[in-house]
Amino acid sequence: MRVTAPLSFAALAATALLLAGCAAPADTDDAMPIVPTADGQFTLYSGRDEELVQPLIDQFTEETGIVVDVRYGNTAELGALLLEEGAATPANVFLSQDAGALGALSQAGLFSTLPDDVTSAIPAGFTSTDGTWVGVTGRARVVVYDGERFTADELPDTIDEYVADEWKGRLAVAPTNASFQSFVTALRVLEGDDVAAEWVSALAANSPQIFEGNSQILTAVDEGAVELGLINHYYWYAAAAEAGAENMRAQIKFLASGDAGAIVNVSGAGILAGSETDADALEFVRYLVSEAAQQYFVDTTFEYPLLPAVAAPEGLPSLESLVNPELDLSDLDDLATTQRLLADAGLI
Amino acid sequence: MTIAPERPSRAAGGPDARALPAALRRSASARSPRAPLWLVAAAIVAASAAAIPLVYLVVRAAEAGLAAVIETLARPRVLEYAANSLGLAAATTATALVLGTAVAFVLTRVRVLFARTWLLISALPLAVPSYLAGYGWLVVIPGLNGFVPSWLLLTAVTVPYVTLPVAAALRGASGDLEGVARTLGRGPLRAFLVATWPSVRPAAIAGSLLVALYALSDFGLVAMMRFPTLTWGINAAYSASFDRAQAATLALLLVVLALVVVAGERAARRQLPRAAARAVAPRSVGRGMLVSLLPVVAVAPIIGVAVPLLALLSRLLDAATLRAIDVPRLLEAVGSTIGVAVAAALLAVLLAVPIAALAARYRGRLVTVIESVGYLGHALPGIVVGLSLVFFSLAVVPVLYQSLAVLVFAYAVLFMPKAIGTMRAGLGDVPPRLVSVARTLGMSPLQAWWRVTVPLALPSVGIGALLVAIATMKELPATLLLRPTGTQTLATELWNRTVVFEFGAAAPYAALLVLVAAVPAVILSGVRSSAKEEL
Repeated sequence: MRVTAPLSFAALAATALLLAGCAAPADTDDAMPIVPTADGQFTLYSGRDEELVQPLIDQFTEETGIVVDVRYGNTAELGALLLEEGAATPANVFLSQDAGALGALSQAGLFSTLPDDVTSAIPAGFTSTDGTWVGVTGRARVVVYDGERFTADELPDTIDEYVADEWKGRLAVAPTNASFQSFVTALRVLEGDDVAAEWVSALAANSPQIFEGNSQILTAVDEGAVELGLINHYYWYAAAAEAGAENMRAQIKFLASGDAGAIVNVSGAGILAGSETDADALEFVRYLVSEAAQQYFVDTTFEYPLLPAVAAPEGLPSLESLVNPELDLSDLDDLATTQRLLADAGLI
Repeated sequence: MTIAPERPSRAAGGPDARALPAALRRSASARSPRAPLWLVAAAIVAASAAAIPLVYLVVRAAEAGLAAVIETLARPRVLEYAANSLGLAAATTATALVLGTAVAFVLTRVRVLFARTWLLISALPLAVPSYLAGYGWLVVIPGLNGFVPSWLLLTAVTVPYVTLPVAAALRGASGDLEGVARTLGRGPLRAFLVATWPSVRPAAIAGSLLVALYALSDFGLVAMMRFPTLTWGINAAYSASFDRAQAATLALLLVVLALVVVAGERAARRQLPRAAARAVAPRSVGRGMLVSLLPVVAVAPIIGVAVPLLALLSRLLDAATLRAIDVPRLLEAVGSTIGVAVAAALLAVLLAVPIAALAARYRGRLVTVIESVGYLGHALPGIVVGLSLVFFSLAVVPVLYQSLAVLVFAYAVLFMPKAIGTMRAGLGDVPPRLVSVARTLGMSPLQAWWRVTVPLALPSVGIGALLVAIATMKELPATLLLRPTGTQTLATELWNRTVVFEFGAAAPYAALLVLVAAVPAVILSGVRSSAKEEL
């Protein structure tokens, strides 16, 4: 047998075509099972951690009798998974760690529209503008600093000052992380693209300490390896719950209200397209924005409740002081511009 | 392009062949220059499985269009990612090759106390997931970051890929020639290079390839050590941009780097004449020499195993969240970890056999393509392979989606290369003449294969299976994507807890993961690479 090169490439190409051709049916699958309106159970993809969310789900099941099949993963992976699954997804609800993933799924047409009573429960600025997903909790951007080196008063109150020469090589950031990019987007919306570009290039020129995510920054500051960094506030509370607040070397500082460095990111949930008639799924999303669930998040994760009737955790500045109604946190066109800005500065 | 047999070595085609009876010689030359069709077909099927991620990436990148692909690749940061990936892979491979060969040499050629125990210890870093090693070191030295720590830690956890096969090959290699070289006035190093290196070189190079691919695909450690490689960029494309096309473009760049590495390995690997193997007894050396050799042997286990585990233990003692261990849940995770690992090992070996058999005996462009494609899965981060199988299983076998079958298949695609390399070497070592003799004794090709080839190559199959099992136990991203909803492995349980800073709760899972993965690693240290030692 003589196996020629063209033949070998033809074989591989044929395999490729076969696989590529197979991709189409997934998108145009019209044999979707008809979802019963209420069968006492549904499937949730949770981008939030099991330790955090499972007790709340157990509480929900106890109250309603609805059984929840939960698939845990990180938000980015589950977002990519949902995009890949398309209409074939077994999921009915997606609970996301950040608004960016919700925006991406919404833009891909994967979410159904939520009823008004759910979306209107949460004030504008903390939820989607088109009703495809609803905000559940808020987390403020803060500066985390080494408590053995500074007091909060010694640190600047506005984000502009953190790119001054004084902080050269001392500030930790996670430019590839969604929450940092939301902050840069906020900076653009509040101060304009030029000012934001200036800030980003000043940061890049100031030899920042680049990390992959918020928790690594917190750990590094807590161990004295880095002096200060930009993270979300609730990471500190999670670490403090583990190690004991009095043992935390790292401390956090909220920036001046209205400053782009102090914006609030949200976590949220949406119902997948095709599941809009699933009463169980809807009941769960409704539960997430109920007082009981909002209070649960306040008590266990120190996040901001988004339901106005529930009070913020003690010791946090009020949500109203950080609110930014001009900002659509899930606007991906905005996100793309932000990423171009960061890419131009060589940060991502 | 024809599939031709390996250039016959002098030993096989030279004077020996002339000494054979005419009938036998005909049969020897009848060792067909053409690969049997069924073997080629089987290898193509296996390579197609390995090509699934590649096809997926091409489809996804093509969706974005050429302009977007170029824009992504033209970002200055992307060039830096690629250079970092390549630099890290090259440096790690070089140090793992030198250190692994040195350790193997010491443990097989020098009379040391408890040589078997030392070999076992030198296999242990395999059991430690790179992210755990990185985490442990950050506890000890919080500021650790950048190229050097990434390089040293990756070397520490990957060096057994070189140590074990080289040690096995050295036990089979003849040390007599080295003695001859020494008497001819060569220094110890020169003598080693001239006389012994050629016979361990295939094993060393096959191991180095696994190290290089591991370094290219690793994300856990470089994320901890803040060294931005392509896997970092791929993850960022998924997690902050939600841009699968951009992620696919970067992953394809990683594929190109992997192909360069695989091509490099092919160039470095050459079929070398094998001298008749005779094991040599280890040599005694002075006490001072022994003491100075000890650090060489101990460095990887200390950096890759002891320090990270002790650091984790210290975290456990600090933690405020010490809580009762949920034993049934822990055992369930152990059970499913072992279950999927065994299944993945079997399937990966099954897929790797035809590719290894083809690559061991035949040459030609098709063989090159098939073998290279077989290696690709291991160069890609788990998230990419996981997503590609989501795409594939939903399109082809939607009923199996989120079932253990697809998960196990994904592991096989990811880790098949670990079996291909070792099995290719093992099958290549089976003397064709023995098979010919069996045929002249009236055995059918299948019988000859079963009675001669299988027993001789079996140890290498075992090594491949064990390597796959260990890697499967530690795998995280593809597991998270593909597991049946609710199924937990030790790695996912560990992840569940570390993301929320619950180090106290995470520690038992980390310890158990290392312990469970250490079992195949220990077995591995005892397997002989081929039966030739007894010849």
